[in-house]
Amino acid sequence: MTKPAAHSRSHTIVALLQDHPGVLHRAVSLLRRRGYNIASLAVGSSEVEGVSRMTLVVEQGDVEQVVKQLNRLVEVLQVDDVTHDPTIEREVILVKVAAGGNMHSVVSVALGYGATIADVGMGTMLLELSGSPAKVEGFLQRLSAFGILEATRTGRIAMLRGRATHSAAELVSDLVAAAPAPQSPEQWLSQADGINGTN
Amino acid sequence: MDPGADESRTGAQLICEALVREGVEIMFGIPGGAIMPFYHAMWEYRDQLRHVLCRHEQGAGHAAEGYARTTGRVGVCIATSGPGATNLVTPIADAWMDSTPMIAITGQVSSLALGTDAFQETDITGITVPITKHNYLVQSAEEIPYVIKEAFHLARSGRPGPVLIDITKDAQQTRTIPRWDRPLRLPRHKSVGVLDRGAVERATALLAGAARPLIMAGNGVIQSGGAAELRAFAERTGIPVITTLHGKGAFPESHELSLGMSGMHGWVHANRAIQECDVLFNIGGRFDDRVTGKVSSFAPRAQIIHVDIDPSEIGKVVPTAIGIRGDARATLACMLELAPAGNHAAWLARIREFQREHEPRQAYRRRPDSPTLMPHDVFAALDRAFHKHTGYRVVTDVGQHQMWAAQLIEWARPRSHITSGGSGTMGFSIPAALGVALAFPNETIWVIVGDGGFQMTNQEIATMVQEDVRNVKIAVINNGYLGMVRQWQQLFEGARYSGTKLSGPDFTLLSEAYGVRGIMVERPEDADAAIESAWAHDGPVVIDFRVEREANVFPIVPAGKSISDMMVTATANA
Repeated sequence: MTKPAAHSRSHTIVALLQDHPGVLHRAVSLLRRRGYNIASLAVGSSEVEGVSRMTLVVEQGDVEQVVKQLNRLVEVLQVDDVTHDPTIEREVILVKVAAGGNMHSVVSVALGYGATIADVGMGTMLLELSGSPAKVEGFLQRLSAFGILEATRTGRIAMLRGRATHSAAELVSDLVAAAPAPQSPEQWLSQADGINGTN
Repeated sequence: MDPGADESRTGAQLICEALVREGVEIMFGIPGGAIMPFYHAMWEYRDQLRHVLCRHEQGAGHAAEGYARTTGRVGVCIATSGPGATNLVTPIADAWMDSTPMIAITGQVSSLALGTDAFQETDITGITVPITKHNYLVQSAEEIPYVIKEAFHLARSGRPGPVLIDITKDAQQTRTIPRWDRPLRLPRHKSVGVLDRGAVERATALLAGAARPLIMAGNGVIQSGGAAELRAFAERTGIPVITTLHGKGAFPESHELSLGMSGMHGWVHANRAIQECDVLFNIGGRFDDRVTGKVSSFAPRAQIIHVDIDPSEIGKVVPTAIGIRGDARATLACMLELAPAGNHAAWLARIREFQREHEPRQAYRRRPDSPTLMPHDVFAALDRAFHKHTGYRVVTDVGQHQMWAAQLIEWARPRSHITSGGSGTMGFSIPAALGVALAFPNETIWVIVGDGGFQMTNQEIATMVQEDVRNVKIAVINNGYLGMVRQWQQLFEGARYSGTKLSGPDFTLLSEAYGVRGIMVERPEDADAAIESAWAHDGPVVIDFRVEREANVFPIVPAGKSISDMMVTATANA
C-alpha cells in the first residue's frame, strides 16, 4: 500500500541507532534485499553517547515498507521518512581542481559559493564546501570547467526545522524493561496509544 | 550443580545456567570444535538440560522448531562454527518465515582468530542478519547472562522468531563472576502495548454493519492462544471463518461457520466467499501470495480489516481500511466485548450454495475410479483414524501431500497441525516430529511426508531410536516423483517432467535397518489396517504408501492468477 504523496523519486530517511557493531549492516541489509540503491549514507554520533544518527538517501519511489521494517530492528530507536517534512539538508564536499594559470578564477568561484580553500598544491587547489545538495551540485558543475581531479562528498545529513525534534535523549531514557502484557480487555484498551494505531 | 553467587565459573557454565533460568528443558544439537566447552559444561547440567544429538544440524533446527510450534515455548538448537552453523541456516530461515520462537546457539572460533579464515570459521552473524529477529556475536563471558536473557525475550515476545547467539570459544572458556540482575532495556515501540481503542471500535462497527463479512484466521490466532476467543467471536457475530494453512486448528473445521482453507489450493467456495465478501477481517495472517493469488484482483468488493502484531505487515500486501497492531487473542477479546450479536444465514447459505455447485468437500475425498491406491484413500483413512483416536498431532512436509493433508483432514485443535508454510522447506517434517514427540511423549505424532522430503532428512529416525522416541508414525506418500513440481509440469509446462522423477530405496527395508517397523501399503483396502497397526505399535513406524504416481492436487490457482481462476480438474475451471 502506498500513500500517493510518498511517491517522490528520492527519499530521505533519518534514523537513530544504538551504536553497536553491525547495526549499520542490519539497516543497510534491508535495502540491499530489495535491490534499492543507496544514493548517500551519513552516520555519526548524535547528541547522546551510545546513539548514532543516520541519514539515508534512497532513489526509490516508495519506502514506507522498508521504513517499517527498519523500525522492527532491535537496535533502531526511531526511523522517519522526512522527505516531505520541512528540513535543513546539508552535505560537505572536498574537491581538488586543477588550478594553474586560472587560479584567480577558481578562487572567485570558491568565494562566490562561500567555499574554503583547504589546501593549495603545485597547480592544484583543494576546496571545501558545506551546503544544500543543490548548492553542492551547482558548485561541482561550476568547477568542472577547470578540471576536477578528485571529489569526495560526505553524503547528505538532514534535520527538521523549528521546534520539532527527534530527541535521542528522550528515546534512550524511554528504553524499557519488557512490560508485562495486559491481561484483560479493559487493560488492553486502557488508553489510546498513538504508537499502536496505524490509522 | 549450583555454584555460589560470587563464585567464578566459565562462560560455558553460564550458558547452561542462563538456559535453565529461561526454563529450557531440552536442546537439539551436534557438537564440534568451537562449541566443545559448552558441551563439556552441559554434562554437569544434564539432569536439567536434556541434549538430543541429531544427525544433521538442519534436523536439530527443525526439531527445535517442532518443539516450539507445538508447545508455544522457545525451541533451542546448537551447532558448532562453520559448517555446523551454516547447516542451521535453513531451519532459521524457516523459523523466520513462520514466526517460530527459536534460539540457535553456535560456537565461534576464538575472538583472536575472528576474521582470519580460521579453521571452521564462518561469519554466521553476517549470514543470518536477514533471517533472524536479532543476533549476537559474544566475545566475553561477562556478556553471556544478559545476552541470553535478551535473546529469549526477543524470540518469544511480539511477533516470535529466531535469534542466533554466536559465542567465541574463548568466551565459553573464560571464568567470570556472573551478574544476573542487569535489566532488559529495549526501545518502547518494540513491545506490543495497549490496543488502539478507536481502531478496535471502528473495526467492530464495520464488521457489524457488513452484509457479507468474512473472517480469515492465521497463525497469530494460534500463537496468541486465541482459538477460544475466535470461536466465541465467530459464534456471537455469525461470521463465517476461513483458516489459512498456518491457521489450521485455530477454528474447528467441523463447525458450521468453518469454510476451510482458501488460496492456491483452497476450496472453491472459500475463494468465492473472499471474492464476494464486503468486509474481510484478517486476524493474525499476513496475506501470503499463496493466500491472495494475484493481489490486484483479491477481495475486490471488500474493505479489509487487518490485525497483526507486527505493524510492518499491515498494508504490506493489500490496502487496509482499518489496521490494528495487536495481539490476536487480545484484539478478539476486546472485539467480543464490543460486538453485537449477529446472524448471516443468507450469506452463509449463498457460500454453501457455491460449495454444492462446485463439488462439495466430500467430492475431493471420493476416490477417482482407479484400482490403484490413490493419495485420497490414504488421507481419507488418516482422517478416519484422527476422528477415532484422541491425543495426536500431525506434522506435514512440503508438496502435494501437504496440500492434500490440509484439504482432506478435518483439523480441530490449535498446535496440532505443524508444517513448513512460508519457507516451504522439504525435509522439515521428520526432524520437526522429533521435537513434537519429545514435547508430548504421551501423544501419537503422525508425520505425513512425500518420498522426496523423506529422502532429505530421514536420518533423524536414527535419532528417534537413540532417544527412545516411540510415538512417531511416518506416512510416506510415495509416488516416485517430486510430485508438486511434476504436477505443475503436467498442467503448465507440457508434461515435460524435467528433473522430477525420483527413485529411492525400499523404505520398509530402510526402516528395518534403522530398527523401526516398516509397512508397505499398495491397495486401498489395506490403508486403514496399516494405520491402526502403526498406531497400536509401541515404537516408530514407517508406512510406505505406494500411491498413484500422477495424482494431482485440485483445486489449484495457477501461479500469478486471481483466486477467481481455479482449476478443479486438469481441464476444467470453476
